[in-house]
Amino acid sequence: MTGRWKNDLNWSDVTPKSVFLNRRKLIAGMGAAAIGGVAGPALAKLNAAPSAFSTDEEPNTFEQITSYNNFYEFGTSKEDPAKYAHKLTTQPWSVKVDGLVEKPGDYPLEELVDGAPLEERIYRFRCVEAWSMVVPWVGFELKHLLDKVGVQPGAKYIGFETANRPREMPGLAYRVLEWPYREGLRMDEAMHPLTIMATGLYDEPMPNQNGAPIRLIVPWKYGFKSIKSIVRITLTAEQPQASWNMAAPNEYGFYSNVNPDVSHPRWSQATERKLGGGLFAKRQPTLMFNGYQEEVADLYAGMDLKKNF
Amino acid sequence: MDVVGTLNAGFKRLPPWPLCVLGVLPVLWLFYRAVIGDLGVDPVKRIEHQMGLWGLWLVIAGLSITPLCRLAGLRLMKYRRAIGLLTFFYILVHLLVWLVLDVQILSEIWKDILKRPYITIGMAAFVLMIPLALTSNNWSVRKMGAAVWCKLHKLTYAVAILGSVHFVMLVKGWQVEPLIYLVVILTLLALRLDIFQRRPGQAQRSAKA
Repeated sequence: MTGRWKNDLNWSDVTPKSVFLNRRKLIAGMGAAAIGGVAGPALAKLNAAPSAFSTDEEPNTFEQITSYNNFYEFGTSKEDPAKYAHKLTTQPWSVKVDGLVEKPGDYPLEELVDGAPLEERIYRFRCVEAWSMVVPWVGFELKHLLDKVGVQPGAKYIGFETANRPREMPGLAYRVLEWPYREGLRMDEAMHPLTIMATGLYDEPMPNQNGAPIRLIVPWKYGFKSIKSIVRITLTAEQPQASWNMAAPNEYGFYSNVNPDVSHPRWSQATERKLGGGLFAKRQPTLMFNGYQEEVADLYAGMDLKKNF
Repeated sequence: MDVVGTLNAGFKRLPPWPLCVLGVLPVLWLFYRAVIGDLGVDPVKRIEHQMGLWGLWLVIAGLSITPLCRLAGLRLMKYRRAIGLLTFFYILVHLLVWLVLDVQILSEIWKDILKRPYITIGMAAFVLMIPLALTSNNWSVRKMGAAVWCKLHKLTYAVAILGSVHFVMLVKGWQVEPLIYLVVILTLLALRLDIFQRRPGQAQRSAKA
């Protein structure tokens, strides 16, 4: 798909609305979610502006993106989030912002995203399990949020936490990981224009199974770094904890940049299977920094990426 | 009439060969669904995992037969060969899907087998199954003699442990499901220890297994 003619339309403009509305009905029916939640706000278009950071690769379908998820708070199977995430209450939602910020506090989501310039970012998404998709996220740069709350000079890192609600998240009953789910970035990674807080996909509000109402997207890192359903953001001087890194530090490093030359101890990262190609799809080579090398390689100049994986 | 007696009488009339035929159907069904696009976003992993899981179920079924006979008096011994051969077939498909549809690249396959412990272990379990499958016929039993044949087929125990450890190791984090299978298999093996063997009046020891 490289070298294809580029235009400034959103992908939502070419996927007929009726098609994904029908899919929504289907998904809602499957999850017995007819009790509300799905219907109302999901129909509002976000009207995100196109972005030069978008890839021109073919995005996966709405159905694929919303029916195959790793969101262990709802269960460890890929189908569990689509089945159970409708239980998550996303309205009202507030995010606690604390640590080394100028204006700490519990921010209602609306206030936090108010005035944020929403863009559609069609990014490659590479899971540490060696599969990948292309997703048309809608969001705004994390930098915008950080400028709003004010970063104190001593802040070197940023930590995030996912909602921890056993009543709404059945997967929390199992201690697969130490809950709540945590992730973190270095401050320069957080300030990078590719790093976004996503609030939607396919120009619609974020489906619960994809991390509603607000999640992080860091496209050059393995998917698990892009923490979902964020309730807390903490700026720190020390490197924050990260759930998978805590669970298996030899398998999941703090950086977890996509790197075809550093294999996971249990599988190679040299290639990936782009999902959606059916039973006989060929593997494709994994790109350094998931193809965002030009934009982000500078962040790691002089670092041994085999050691700091 | 007691339940066990009724069941045993029923089993007497039911030959083992239909098991082999029925056992192949789910595999065909799975591939058919994959081809028509009914297996979700990642049909390759879906088949691979399903075949491995069903294979493990069959391992457990096969290991249950001796304890069921010794402890409950159920006579299912004649189905064991069919179950064993089906297990081999399922794991063979599991392996082929991994080779051909998942990893695809020959050099990567070798690297994986040598470098990744969970694959090494799974592969070892498969290799140990080959002599078992090849000798699962009356001719082999006669040729080898029952004692030697029985000894060889004790490899099943190793296969069962390796197979369930393979599952525990391949998932991300400590998940419950694979641990349950490991515990079940260890329990079924423990039931074969001498301390569980004295049940006076229970069905007489059938050919040691």
